[in-house]
Amino acid sequence: MSARATGATTLRVLRQLRRDPRTIALLVVVPCALVFLVDQLFADRPLVFQQVGVPLLGLFPLVSMFLVTSITMLRERTSGTLERLLTLPLEKLDLLVGYAIAFAAVAAVQATIVSLVGFGLLDLTVVNSKLLVIALAVANAVLGMALGLFLSAFARTEFQAVQFMPAFILPQILLCGLLVPREEMAEWLQWVSALMPFTYAYDALSRAATDSDLGAAFWADVLVVGGVTVFALALGAGTLRRRTP
Amino acid sequence: MTAAISVRGLRVTRGGRQVLRGLDLEVEAGRVSGLLGPSGSGKTTLIRSIVGTQIVAGGNVSVLGLPAGARSLRRRVGYMTQAPSVYEDLTVHENLAYFARIVGVGADRVSRVVERVGLAANRDQVVVTLSGGERARVSLGAAILNEPEVLVLDEPTVGLDPVLRRDLWSFFHELAESGTTLLVSSHVMDEAARCDRLVLLREGSILADATPDDLLSRTGTDDLDEAFLELVQRGTA
Repeated sequence: MSARATGATTLRVLRQLRRDPRTIALLVVVPCALVFLVDQLFADRPLVFQQVGVPLLGLFPLVSMFLVTSITMLRERTSGTLERLLTLPLEKLDLLVGYAIAFAAVAAVQATIVSLVGFGLLDLTVVNSKLLVIALAVANAVLGMALGLFLSAFARTEFQAVQFMPAFILPQILLCGLLVPREEMAEWLQWVSALMPFTYAYDALSRAATDSDLGAAFWADVLVVGGVTVFALALGAGTLRRRTP
Repeated sequence: MTAAISVRGLRVTRGGRQVLRGLDLEVEAGRVSGLLGPSGSGKTTLIRSIVGTQIVAGGNVSVLGLPAGARSLRRRVGYMTQAPSVYEDLTVHENLAYFARIVGVGADRVSRVVERVGLAANRDQVVVTLSGGERARVSLGAAILNEPEVLVLDEPTVGLDPVLRRDLWSFFHELAESGTTLLVSSHVMDEAARCDRLVLLREGSILADATPDDLLSRTGTDDLDEAFLELVQRGTA
């Protein structure tokens, strides 16, 4: 691995994003608007807002980075730039880590701004440090990036890639515990939800918000999120083929 | 002759169809060799096999004495894909600066390459706003950044105006004189005359491998398009 190639890739990805101010605006404004919407929705039930608000802050980066990465990677594949890169002295890891750093940086900005709105304007509270929520949000963003990178290999067109959102993301949002606590689900749904990375991302955020004594369960969540990220990155690296049919 | 690229019995199947059927080819070092043939004849597949991005069904391809796609060749072989493989949302300079960092050359080299491919006036223009020919030149620029020993160019002059095309071909010969081996594909026969050596490809097989003059005298024609037709007719007769 080379720091030069990795750094160059991070810089390149950030430059590409900068050329697209509308996407940047959407990345920041949409989550803020949605958190506000949820706040208004539960205006008469502030306890519910407290319960779902913080996990929402930390899950947005996962969803947005998943989408941004699947489309960006798909473009690299279809435009021929990936084929060119793979004929150059560039390790696959340079490319992957370069992407991860760029998107983690964007996610940090996104999560900070949404947190400012949530904690500052909408009176969300957490028993642990607010920085912990932001750190979890960034970790989730890298998870989203890794999943997007892997799944982009299975999309031929941008239409297909966008369909991964309802096909892959929505079921996880439904089952992660955000809408209905997992203990109240049918047993088979609990099993399905146990197989989904969102479940652990959600649980970690929920514990960070409400559990003043972060124990083994919290760290197990963090470990799963980290482990799935590494696993998805490895699978993603496997889909970057130097030789193609 | 010293062969920079050597292909033996290369077979490639794509989508269930045999695209290359046992192809043999030697590309002479320090020359401009042209790979000519109609669209669909297998030019791009052969080129991708040489740069090591194509899964092959059989045969051997070696470049500078190493198996095609070998790790150490990634610094020594430059490849320009048929469709301009550069980032549309970056400027000319940003694109080249990125590839330069990956191949490990400095900013002064980037500026020289921008001049060399005639894009000095477009240096800070975003690629999406460039014409097709200008994009192709950004892509060419990226391939020559680190002055590779072997340069494989897939239709580099498509859609260029005649003056620019002439300039590029004389640039290719300059590179060859300084020792670079070039393999340049084209489907335009009038470009063939500018090559030191010609490989005519048709339906995955080599129809002829000769100098342009040789080809004309062998076929008794005075234009390479005619020569190509003559060879096809002889082959099917």
